[in-house]
Amino acid sequence: MIWNTDHWLEIWQTVRKNKLRTVLTMFSIAWGIFMLILLLAAGRGLENGIRYQFRDDAANSIWITPRITGRPFRGLRAGRPVNMTMDDYTQVAAVPGVEHITARYNLRGNFTVRYGDQFSQFPIRSVHPGHRYLEKTEMRRGRFINDRDIDQRRKVAVIGNRVVSGLFKDQDPIGEWIDINGIQYKIVGVFTDVGGPGEQRMIYIPISTGQAAYGGGRTIHRLMFTVGNADLAESQRIEKDVRTLLAERHRYDPQDPRAIRLFNHVENYQRFVALFNGIATFIWVVGIGTIIAGIVGVSNIMLIAVKERTKEIGLRKAIGAPPSDIIGLFLMESLTLTFLAGYIGLMAGIGTIELVQHLLNTIPNPPDFFRNPHVDIHAAAGATLVLVLAGVLAGLIPARRAAAIDPIVALRDE
Amino acid sequence: MIHIQQIRKSYRMGALSLEVLKGIDLTINEGELVSIMGPSGSGKSTLLNILGILDQYQEGEYHLAGTLMKNLSERKAAYYRNHYLGFVFQSFHLLEFKNALENVALPLYYQKVSRRRRNRQAMELLERVGLADRAQHMPNELSGGQKQRVAIARALISDPKVILADEPTGALDSQTSDQVMDLFREVNASGKTVVIVTHEAEIAAKTARTIHLRDGVVQNETHQVGAAS
Ligand SMILES: Nc1ncnc2c1ncn2[C@@H]1O[C@H](COP(=O)(O)OP(=O)(O)O)[C@@H](O)[C@H]1O
Ligand SMILES: [Mg+2]
Repeated sequence: MIWNTDHWLEIWQTVRKNKLRTVLTMFSIAWGIFMLILLLAAGRGLENGIRYQFRDDAANSIWITPRITGRPFRGLRAGRPVNMTMDDYTQVAAVPGVEHITARYNLRGNFTVRYGDQFSQFPIRSVHPGHRYLEKTEMRRGRFINDRDIDQRRKVAVIGNRVVSGLFKDQDPIGEWIDINGIQYKIVGVFTDVGGPGEQRMIYIPISTGQAAYGGGRTIHRLMFTVGNADLAESQRIEKDVRTLLAERHRYDPQDPRAIRLFNHVENYQRFVALFNGIATFIWVVGIGTIIAGIVGVSNIMLIAVKERTKEIGLRKAIGAPPSDIIGLFLMESLTLTFLAGYIGLMAGIGTIELVQHLLNTIPNPPDFFRNPHVDIHAAAGATLVLVLAGVLAGLIPARRAAAIDPIVALRDE
Repeated sequence: MIHIQQIRKSYRMGALSLEVLKGIDLTINEGELVSIMGPSGSGKSTLLNILGILDQYQEGEYHLAGTLMKNLSERKAAYYRNHYLGFVFQSFHLLEFKNALENVALPLYYQKVSRRRRNRQAMELLERVGLADRAQHMPNELSGGQKQRVAIARALISDPKVILADEPTGALDSQTSDQVMDLFREVNASGKTVVIVTHEAEIAAKTARTIHLRDGVVQNETHQVGAAS
């Protein structure tokens, strides 16, 4: 059927007979697809923008910072500081569902870091090996901090690529020694971080080394852990277990909102995912609405065509055209029209998006909330599917109407 | 070839029904050239449409080439129309956007005959009706007589057993009518059964046998001595 030149010829002949009508119909379909593609890309742009804000930290993580109790509890007064230690790290690590975990012992401010006669200021974090999963630290060379470093309080450092360019120029830093506040650290790894220049200037050292060097004892300032593939409910269950554990250990009211600050990224992330889904659904509804208007248009025009071609259809039936053939003829015509029109709309849409992308790339300050709008393969496939369906739907009623034509009535001589 | 027994047909018009064919018996043998005559409204076209499996009848039986034609599916009806029958109409009913050759070839399209063979056969038939030089002309570039000859070529192309013509000369002047009738006689001479509906005695006179219809019944039959076969 599809490869039959006669069918194509017939479609071409009828299309040529009604140029203006064909063009107008095709325009409505093309416009529908064009709008759908633009909307989808815009939605994607917004989504990318928001994802970009989340780019630094693992979206499946929970962060805890100890603070000061806000309520009296079991005879203890309010206003007591919650002092978290390495024991909290160990205990929280044992909570089911906790995946990668790290504590941080903060070393405030920038430190003067020296290599040979080069020196510069860099921030330092003392952490556990699990930290690399929480900041999306990407190792470029060497290794990250490991458990042996922690156990033996080794003086090792893992440095960001901006530290490398600041102190080493083209030299390989692995195995070299740097001086931080008079203490020598051996460089064991180089990393980069999508979080931006600030993260790439970081120097990581083992938490035990940091605590020993700066009088921290077993104190920690923050606990951070990931929860794997946990969904929202699961992450909230883990959050609750950890809250209960910490409240018991430090003897404060579990309902006390001020004792610790806990940030569940899963929750926030889920909220945004829900928002994206909402936007996407909205876009599809609007887009499909536009396309339905196009379908109705094509359908209407083809109904008129069927009416105009009553005699022709009657004759075809009289000389032996089976109903399936008549239906096929009109379905093919409608499919061809919608598909061609849709393809034009699709291409115009993609072209427009490319243009917008080009503009976003050339302007000096592209907006953060709208990044890299594009149509992915799924959206394009979806739009194509919608098109084919649209074509079939648009042709169905006219085709059946045509097949039902009574040749006697059609051919009756006035 | 055609055998009908006590065919009755009525049209329902709201509450009342109008009986158009009131019990018709008729046998037409293979190779006959028959005309059906009668005044306007006597049911000639209705009868021809039933013979052409374009219309249904309520009572009686119709056998075409030995097969009962009753309650056929659309697909079956299309098959018999395509393989057994050729139609010629008063107003020709050529497709305006196809040239003479394409119009003639159309029935073979529904037999899934290749385009090349279709066009070759169509060309042969156009030669036979004397219009080989008009093959590429569009219908609006042809005279009435030429159009009807194209239509006859189209009716012949599927090599049907029976040609059915409803007032084929109704839109033609007498000279072209004669040419068209000559063509029908030639077709009949080649072995095809031909049934022509007309209300003109001159046309009927050119057929071998005439069935006179009046108010939905066969009134009588006449035979023309010296007319074709
Ligand atoms: N579809 C129809 N509905 C109702 N009446 C019809 C229909 N077709 C034909 N008739 C009536 O049937 C009668 C016979 O019509 P027809 O067979 O066309 O006659 P003829 O061809 O002899 O002039 C006429 O009275 C006509 O009005
Ligand atoms: Mg009539």
